[in-house]
Amino acid sequence: MDGTQDPDAARKAWLSVLAKADSQALRTLWNDAGFAPDHDVLRAPEIGAVMVRGRAGATGAPFNLGEMTVARASVRLASGAVGHGYVQGRCKDHALIAALIDALMQTDRSAFVEAALITPLRDAARARTASRAAKAAATRVDFFTVARGGD
Amino acid sequence: MDQTSLSGGFCDPPHQAADAFRAVMQAIARPGTIYEISGAVPPSPLSVAAGTVIMTLCDPDTGVHLAGACDAPDLRDWITFHTGAPLVRAERAAFVVGPWHAIAVETLAIGTPDYPDRSATVIAEMPVLEATGATLRGPGIRDTACLNLPDRAAFQRNAALFPLGVDFIFTSTTHIAALPRSTKVS
Repeated sequence: MDGTQDPDAARKAWLSVLAKADSQALRTLWNDAGFAPDHDVLRAPEIGAVMVRGRAGATGAPFNLGEMTVARASVRLASGAVGHGYVQGRCKDHALIAALIDALMQTDRSAFVEAALITPLRDAARARTASRAAKAAATRVDFFTVARGGD
Repeated sequence: MDQTSLSGGFCDPPHQAADAFRAVMQAIARPGTIYEISGAVPPSPLSVAAGTVIMTLCDPDTGVHLAGACDAPDLRDWITFHTGAPLVRAERAAFVVGPWHAIAVETLAIGTPDYPDRSATVIAEMPVLEATGATLRGPGIRDTACLNLPDRAAFQRNAALFPLGVDFIFTSTTHIAALPRSTKVS
């Protein structure tokens, strides 16, 4: 590894999508997709808080921004793949489904799971971001200088 | 991370943790009395009782030290995954886990006069627990109680430090007994 590529980048990306997904949308997609893998629950879904840290301007000294509520769960599929779900909010189903999807993404069914679940959620997240940016952009005031004519 | 380190946690955390906490509390309140405790299934060589005590009492704020044969990679990972407790050296540990002969009791934290609670709790693994051997007297014991303690002198020295000192929990398979610092051993 040359230090510029993260070997876990793909997994981080899908975990990020799952963590930030709307829990109702995720549950609907999960039920529609019909994946029902056999699994053991290693860590039953539980709710807790994590400290979110930030840096002013992304470069300043780190400070504690505030706590946020998260739910987490861990599962192991019959095939041995272990999945972890850490999601925002208090929805235990969301955490468990995220853990199952994380485990399925490490198996040979990853392409189906990606197409059925991850891609629609990622598109929804992009649409959400774009719509929020568009609403903010609509309130923007453009200041411009009227050149006064000189004598 | 090995497969055994991820399984063996509580399958019904609220009830199992409450039952286990009750057993630990009863054991400490009645020194020398042997109680049943179960719920967690830790990797070997730790017993079910010791694993359940760790699951119940340890969290990211309590340093755990694994002594002797208990310092196994599987067990380290198991404690980290299920409790989040940091693994620290013996002098800084809030909980010290291991077979009795591997634990250097004199080096453990005994608290300070202002904060006697800042002391270590020893979870000592025993081959068997039975009501024979050393005689115990003190709070929580009507007249006397008996417990097969591994070493009387160490517990007499510890009791002499009161209100400072170390508290002991003895575990074997699914049995638990305790010896708080307030108990006199003879």
